[in-house]
Amino acid sequence: MYVAVKGGETAIARSWDLLAAARRGDSALAELSLGQIRQQLRLAVARVMQEGSLYDEELAALALKQAAGDTVEAVFLLRAFRTTLPRFASSKPLDTAAMRVRRRVSGTFKDVPGGQILGPTADYTQRLLDFSLGHGSDVPPCALADSGVPQPLPSVLEVLAAEGLIEAEQPLPGDPEPADLTRQPLMFPADRATRLQNLARGDEGWLLGLAYSTQRGYAESHPFAGEIRMGEVSVSVCPEELGFDIDIGEITLTECQMINQFAGSKTAPPQFTRGYGLSFGEAERKAMAMALVDRSLRAEELGEAAHAPAQQQEFVLYHSDNVEASGFVQHLKLPHYVDFQAELSLIRTLRAQATPSSPQEAAHD
Amino acid sequence: MTEACHSQWQYNFAFLDENTKRMLRRALLKAVAIPGYQVPFGSREMPLPYGWGTGGIQLTASIIGQDDVLKVIDQGADDTTNAVNIRRFFARVTGVATTSSTAAASLIQSRHRIPETPLRPGQIMVFQVPEPEALRTLEASEVETRKLHAHQEYGLMHVKLYEDIARFGHISTSYDYPVMVNERYLTSPSPIPKFDNPKLHLSPALMLFGAGREKRLYAIPPHTRVESLAFDDHPFTVQRWEQACALCGSHDSYLDEIITDDAGARMFVCSDTDYCQQQQEGKA
Repeated sequence: MYVAVKGGETAIARSWDLLAAARRGDSALAELSLGQIRQQLRLAVARVMQEGSLYDEELAALALKQAAGDTVEAVFLLRAFRTTLPRFASSKPLDTAAMRVRRRVSGTFKDVPGGQILGPTADYTQRLLDFSLGHGSDVPPCALADSGVPQPLPSVLEVLAAEGLIEAEQPLPGDPEPADLTRQPLMFPADRATRLQNLARGDEGWLLGLAYSTQRGYAESHPFAGEIRMGEVSVSVCPEELGFDIDIGEITLTECQMINQFAGSKTAPPQFTRGYGLSFGEAERKAMAMALVDRSLRAEELGEAAHAPAQQQEFVLYHSDNVEASGFVQHLKLPHYVDFQAELSLIRTLRAQATPSSPQEAAHD
Repeated sequence: MTEACHSQWQYNFAFLDENTKRMLRRALLKAVAIPGYQVPFGSREMPLPYGWGTGGIQLTASIIGQDDVLKVIDQGADDTTNAVNIRRFFARVTGVATTSSTAAASLIQSRHRIPETPLRPGQIMVFQVPEPEALRTLEASEVETRKLHAHQEYGLMHVKLYEDIARFGHISTSYDYPVMVNERYLTSPSPIPKFDNPKLHLSPALMLFGAGREKRLYAIPPHTRVESLAFDDHPFTVQRWEQACALCGSHDSYLDEIITDDAGARMFVCSDTDYCQQQQEGKA
């Protein structure tokens, strides 16, 4: 009978077994520990935390292990878990100027107060496969960069701000609490805080592509990397019942301030404008892409012509989420025989009625 | 959090926390009060993929109680993978009784079909909706479509249907066929075949629609007027088959076409597996 298109409990249970076996691989090899993933795949862990919008290295490592390294699937697992967590407080705005900096570079000034600090970057590694990693090697201990880095490190853009050459970064009047996109639907037009939140959760690949498009002529964008900094920032909350701030821990962040040109408008003199990017963990590509896209989404606010995809709020924000995109694209593998049957009946009706003369009549219409 | 703390995690009844369920129920009350109007809601991320029923699952989770009897169908059938999976999810996180019988269910979550067995007062249908905006294929911008709804400006859709007739001699929409709800809102009936549209009109059951990815929900309360768009000289019609169901002999149900061998032989059977079963037992 027609059992081929039906899937019962047994088939699903069997697919779970196969999945578990495939995940584990050869049982003669040692199983991955969450500690190993956290320590040795830290960038994958960071990406899962960003797009899963949950800062928890242990859970992100667990998700990566369960998803066999599939980042989007790991993000999905983490987000579904996140849904069940109570929301008991919002943090105070993070003070990234007070970051314990491990890396800070500026593309705009040769030297900046505090200096350029390369930190742990792959930028100058020439991407040669290091075959010595293939058989395990102990890295000699390295003196960590706490030698002479002034803390806190002043922000590069303050130099321009002091001269009034760059727009001031001011909270909106009344400093409204930002919308929480995990609790409220995205509505348009979306204010900048909402857009930044969406971009921070957005798929890195999508943002990278859009950011790239702004540099290839699909939006008028001539940016400079004003400052990129990475390091540890403390998070504090002010519980209503206490009435004072308490420090609840420290997280690793990457922040990017892009500097863009702006010719001025009727109300504003020519000055530099900002694009902003922020991501959990070490994630420079994501933070930079976010900053480029943030700036291009400000086109309307700054009175610029908006005709490129990266300048269209609805286009950028609605399609930025990889968990939404992945689910909807892959829903095509669910059966559609009811609607396909409807289309099949229709096309047969249309074909049955089509006589040699009718296409010409249609053409006259 | 430590690893030990994570491993002791307990899920709440129906997965969602009580505050989220309350938010959903408030949005549902608004939806029922304004039939056909798309209410934005704070859709949560669920452990099943977007596009696979997250909207319907959230609505079901927000209204399901200990005493409910849940039926889940996909394409009309109780035994397709997605239906099995969603039913298993609710069994796991609520422990409520599940059924495949339309008559025995108090709550029916559906993808793409309304059961053939007539619904009765007190039953609730929850539809999984991939695309809640009936005008989306005609107008890509959400800002614009919300304006069109506000002004009850549905000329675009009438023009589209007219153009179909001009080109094909027929309206070429066979599922997700647009309806006017309570003479006010143009509404997507979710991708049910137009065969099922008449079952929405003056139904004694409450119809709830949830779109998780698009973060919109809407409702058709019991006994509400639901009209499928049409023209006086091109009235609304539904699909008909020359064949009867090969299993139960039904002439009045929606049929799936099943290819039975490599030579292209085919048979037609009810897409509603429960209805088909009832018909077969009735004959026996």
